[in-house]
Amino acid sequence: MRSEPQTGASFPLKLAAGVGIAFLHLPILLILVYAFTTEEKSFQWPPPGLTLKWFAVAWNRPDVWDALWLSVKVASISTIIALVLGTLAAAAVSQTRFFGREAISLLVILPIALPGIITGIALRSAFSLADIPYSMWTIILGHGTFCVVVVYNNAVARFRRTSGSLIEASMDLGADGFQTFRHIILPNIATALLAGGMLAFALSFDEVIVTTFTGGQQSTLPIWMLQELIRPRQRPVTNVVAVIVVLVTFLPILAAFYLTRDTDEVAGSGK
Amino acid sequence: MTAAVSFSKVSRHFGSVRAVDAVDLVVQPGEFFAMLGPSGSGKTTCLRLIAGFEQPSAGHIEIFGETAEGVPPYRRNVNTVFQDYALFPHLSILDNVAYGLMVKGMGKTERHRQAEQALEMVKLPGYGTRKPGQLSGGQRQRVALARALINRPRVLLLDEPLGALDLKLREQMQEELKSLQRSLGITFIFVTHDQSEALSMADRVAVFNNGRIVQAASPQEIYSRPKTRFVADFVGSSNVIDPAAMARFGGLERWASLRPEAISIGAEGQLRANVRSSSFLGAATRVSVLAEGVSLSVMVPAGQPVPDVGADVNLGWAPGDVHYMDDVA
Repeated sequence: MRSEPQTGASFPLKLAAGVGIAFLHLPILLILVYAFTTEEKSFQWPPPGLTLKWFAVAWNRPDVWDALWLSVKVASISTIIALVLGTLAAAAVSQTRFFGREAISLLVILPIALPGIITGIALRSAFSLADIPYSMWTIILGHGTFCVVVVYNNAVARFRRTSGSLIEASMDLGADGFQTFRHIILPNIATALLAGGMLAFALSFDEVIVTTFTGGQQSTLPIWMLQELIRPRQRPVTNVVAVIVVLVTFLPILAAFYLTRDTDEVAGSGK
Repeated sequence: MTAAVSFSKVSRHFGSVRAVDAVDLVVQPGEFFAMLGPSGSGKTTCLRLIAGFEQPSAGHIEIFGETAEGVPPYRRNVNTVFQDYALFPHLSILDNVAYGLMVKGMGKTERHRQAEQALEMVKLPGYGTRKPGQLSGGQRQRVALARALINRPRVLLLDEPLGALDLKLREQMQEELKSLQRSLGITFIFVTHDQSEALSMADRVAVFNNGRIVQAASPQEIYSRPKTRFVADFVGSSNVIDPAAMARFGGLERWASLRPEAISIGAEGQLRANVRSSSFLGAATRVSVLAEGVSLSVMVPAGQPVPDVGADVNLGWAPGDVHYMDDVA
């Protein structure tokens, strides 16, 4: 017999939990409200009036569009690279045994444990040593280091649960390596890859530190926002953009959460 | 006639472990062949060598006269029923069974029709739309069987096929596997550690130990004339008597096996023994006796008087029933 979950938590506990959640989320609400304020030079509370004008202003600013476009490109390409490399690494580590397997597993995960500033400085000095000019591709390389980890972690967990005899069974029934990948491996790891890819996209989309060190003159959306905060003009435009960033990063994470929630049932028949 | 599978001096080493050690083996076409042995004796590795999941470290394997080394599993006309069944969890039962036809490029309608037929053969008609997770262990095993047989393999490999089933289901599946094999005429090779399963199902049994085949013979031969002490011990049920005791019993000073039903309890016997325990088995009663410090088991057929526990009795057997064995593993 399972005992029923306790219902009545004590009032102070409820209060503490409520305060904790408010502390975490009220600032985000503030950002949302400031996107509609009529006052443009300083953040004045309460807002003297509400307006939709900043959305129109943001829409007409080419620098916003440039930054947004760059961020989308960087996040998409980093995610694609991470999906390919992360899946291959996960397959190698979980399906085979070789010398140094544990070490490689650790090395793949390390970039997400390292502070971004270390990764950033290391990459910057490596790029200048190798005489690589800073460009969108150097940013992508920088983001790739931690995007791979996210995909790898998701894929390796799924691979470990996928019985190795499924692959043998597929080969036994006449499927070559490619057919086995397409009909058996991919459908079994698809949701894990989707979740990992979405997390990677969201991580890349709002990354600041590594981008600062690996980017040249161009700015991604988060970098653009940092620069914009210094200028005391049209400040609510930053908030409008912030709202967009929240939406773009929050939705994939939410989707990833729902996709991997009940991981016992493997979704997607690959058809 | 070409052998279905033949091994000549085949070895498979994993590092310093000799999982399979210079094995010679011939399986005839249409044979129901059992590989019997304790875990780690090399029987499963032999099966994987035939399937193509392992490559031999040394030696030569032929499948229906064709060299098997270097041929990947998907190009061998051999299919496997896996120990854990290995059904694809994301596919329906019908798509699981039709998988082999699908990767060969057969159209959907035709392969689904054939898959439905295969499901009928294993007595699971109409189960096609379910997922593997919705079936019981016994049903999953039938699906695995249908999925392998639909490809019309020349050799079917079964890895501990009945290991996960309960006793009643296991006996039923033994019958069905035998009749399926007889009607299809396909060579069946199955691996098991259960000696009664091997003896009751197979035409021929190979007993494995330490990566080698100790004896390959008919079940009758294995049972009544075990080649070595290991075979007698592993196949069980027979009395294994050490050389010193055998000498005291008036035989040769060698390891011997003596079947429990070959010993008779009666006045004409020469050997005195004391009854320690008895258990009723239905068709017979198994009586445990102690004679000259050696514990023996004696089978008393139903209808004959069973001595009381603690009673002194006389034992006797025909000298020809004593089978002498090599003292090697």
